[in-house]
Amino acid sequence: MHIIAALVEDRPGVMFKVTSLIRRRGFNIDTITVGSTEKEGVSRITMTVRGDESVVEQLVKQLSKIPDIMKISELKPSDSVYRELAMIKVSAPDPAKRSDILNYITIFRGRVIDASKDSLTIEMVGSPKKINAFLDLMKGFGIVELARTGIVALSRGSKSTSE
Amino acid sequence: MKLSGAKAIVEALKREKVEVIFGIPGGSTIPFYDALYESDIRHVLARHEQCAAHMADGYARVKGVPGVCTATSGPGATNLVTGIAVAYMDSSPIIAITGQVPRSMIGKDAFQEADIVGITTPITKYAFQVTSASQIPDAIRTAFLLASTNRKGPVLVDVPKDVQLEEVDLDYPEKMMIKGYVVRSGDPHPYSIKKALGLIMSSERPLIIAGGGVIASNASEELIKFAELIMAPVATTLMGKGSIPENHLLSLGMVGMHGRGEANKAVEETDLIIAVGMRFGDRTTGKLDEFARNSKIIHIDIDPAEIGKNIRVDVPIVADAKKALSVLNSKLIEVGSKRTESEWIKRINSLKELFASNYAEKGDGLKPSRLMKILRDCIPAKSIITTGVGQNQMWAALHFKALEPRTFITSGGLGAMGFGLPAAIGAKVASPDRPVFNIDGDGSFLMTEQDLATAVSEGLPVVSIILKNRVLGMVRQWQCLFCNRRYAHTDLGNVPDFVKLTEAYGAEGVKIESYESFESAVKKSLKAEMPVVMEVPISPDEKVLPMVPPGKGLKEVIWYG
Repeated sequence: MHIIAALVEDRPGVMFKVTSLIRRRGFNIDTITVGSTEKEGVSRITMTVRGDESVVEQLVKQLSKIPDIMKISELKPSDSVYRELAMIKVSAPDPAKRSDILNYITIFRGRVIDASKDSLTIEMVGSPKKINAFLDLMKGFGIVELARTGIVALSRGSKSTSE
Repeated sequence: MKLSGAKAIVEALKREKVEVIFGIPGGSTIPFYDALYESDIRHVLARHEQCAAHMADGYARVKGVPGVCTATSGPGATNLVTGIAVAYMDSSPIIAITGQVPRSMIGKDAFQEADIVGITTPITKYAFQVTSASQIPDAIRTAFLLASTNRKGPVLVDVPKDVQLEEVDLDYPEKMMIKGYVVRSGDPHPYSIKKALGLIMSSERPLIIAGGGVIASNASEELIKFAELIMAPVATTLMGKGSIPENHLLSLGMVGMHGRGEANKAVEETDLIIAVGMRFGDRTTGKLDEFARNSKIIHIDIDPAEIGKNIRVDVPIVADAKKALSVLNSKLIEVGSKRTESEWIKRINSLKELFASNYAEKGDGLKPSRLMKILRDCIPAKSIITTGVGQNQMWAALHFKALEPRTFITSGGLGAMGFGLPAAIGAKVASPDRPVFNIDGDGSFLMTEQDLATAVSEGLPVVSIILKNRVLGMVRQWQCLFCNRRYAHTDLGNVPDFVKLTEAYGAEGVKIESYESFESAVKKSLKAEMPVVMEVPISPDEKVLPMVPPGKGLKEVIWYG
């Protein structure tokens, strides 16, 4: 998995420029997220990409030609912290199973954010790997609904991506 | 001083030294045209917006400055699309200004509304909408800056009609900063120059491949000097034609699918390719795995994304072609590496001799190769050639020797039929004193033939040479070679009499029946004051040869059809 972070001007159509290029050049992205940053008028797009080094290099080079993109770089997983949020609604009508689920949530350091008599909604934050592992466990209980944010990432240490 | 958004656009264009705009007015550009009416900017009224874009493109390629075209919202804008895509693929700086429905109507599927920014985003360097008149000065400055710097290309500015009517102060920025866009100095990195020199000095069989980037950066002089310093033959891509005079001893002509035998053979035998301002497109390389297998590669290009995109490179030089070559030249002079006759040059010369007989004309009828030679001999070196797309284009590329940069104007990357005539019109507007010839096919010419009306109205004596074979010849050639002669829908059937057609437009038509009548018609056309169309009959079985079949390596060439 390759993580690419881009600082872009916050104006209409920028996300379109980015996704249009990704589609046109035939790149495969797994996730893409966008949100505000510490600077007004600047948004941050984080995406994860599959492919070898040359594919990622080409994607970064092509994207950096978009005038709305002020800065773009690959964040190496070893030199950065990255997290994803997943919300998982799990079927839990049976009290015994419900307590199993609650145990797993504790082990994975998740939280229950909504409950009904037949279900639990769980918030899970972590690396995609951790979330996948948790989802594997939940499959046995029956996942009713799942929403994932895709990852956001920052480089480790005091330096910022915009420097 | 307050003025309307429309007037602000015109004022901004004047600040950018725009002399001419190619376009067609429509509902959403009425305010813009009203402002244009009282300006001294020339307007060339096209008959189809596609042609307006090709005209701006032809103008830009000849003059080396951005060409401007305009169209109204909806169909006007969508008609520009092919022309914009041509400019994008060939890195030609054009600015397209489109009208848009008023802001309050956007997204409501209003009459003549089309999302032209969305449509053209993948085929422009940048496309954007101006959402208030106050943005107009910056928008026009941005458009020209983006179009004409680094790797050049088309920019589209979409202006809603009510923005054209809104009032604004014209505060035109002299300098423009775009946060995500750095105008490159174009200077090569000393380290890569050093590495390149090492490879060049140790190479025994260096080969230069020059592309459109050499022409875009006006680097011909430096290229020729470089070639002479290292005694390397120069092959060109289609877009690079004219970067070195093709009668120069070191010129090999075009390389690639329809490249000349000697050029393709040189690629096979070289030990070092110095690629300048070219992108290793599939029509140039053939099967990539088999391209220049025994060779190292130095790649000079202004666009870092081109390095390593299609092919592995030993030494990348991200730089302007002119700057990189002149640094290399001065370093070479410093070390005193003036080479003289080498075994390699002898080999190249023998290859030229070896293949010369393969181009011999066989069979009856007028031969395109001979026609191209006659044309070259009859017209001044500075004459401008434009082409259609297909066999006509490849015959011109193979057999017409371009002698100066910016004299061979063709739709290389996109390969858009119909490019020839409107590009010739744009070229003639850019350079009224030079003869302009459009070498075209009947299929290609018929795609934009209506703009003969533009040439006549504007009094532009462009000359079209239509190689009339009554078929869509290039596709038919593939059908012959690769589809067992199953000629599916490539026979044009009823092809008009181009002499009569031309006369109906008020231009001059000439039927050519022999080489002699062609020669005299070409000579006469140099003095024409009206557009001229020559109809030259060609056999439908005439092929463009040599040819490397698609997906094959350059050595798997077909010489005889």
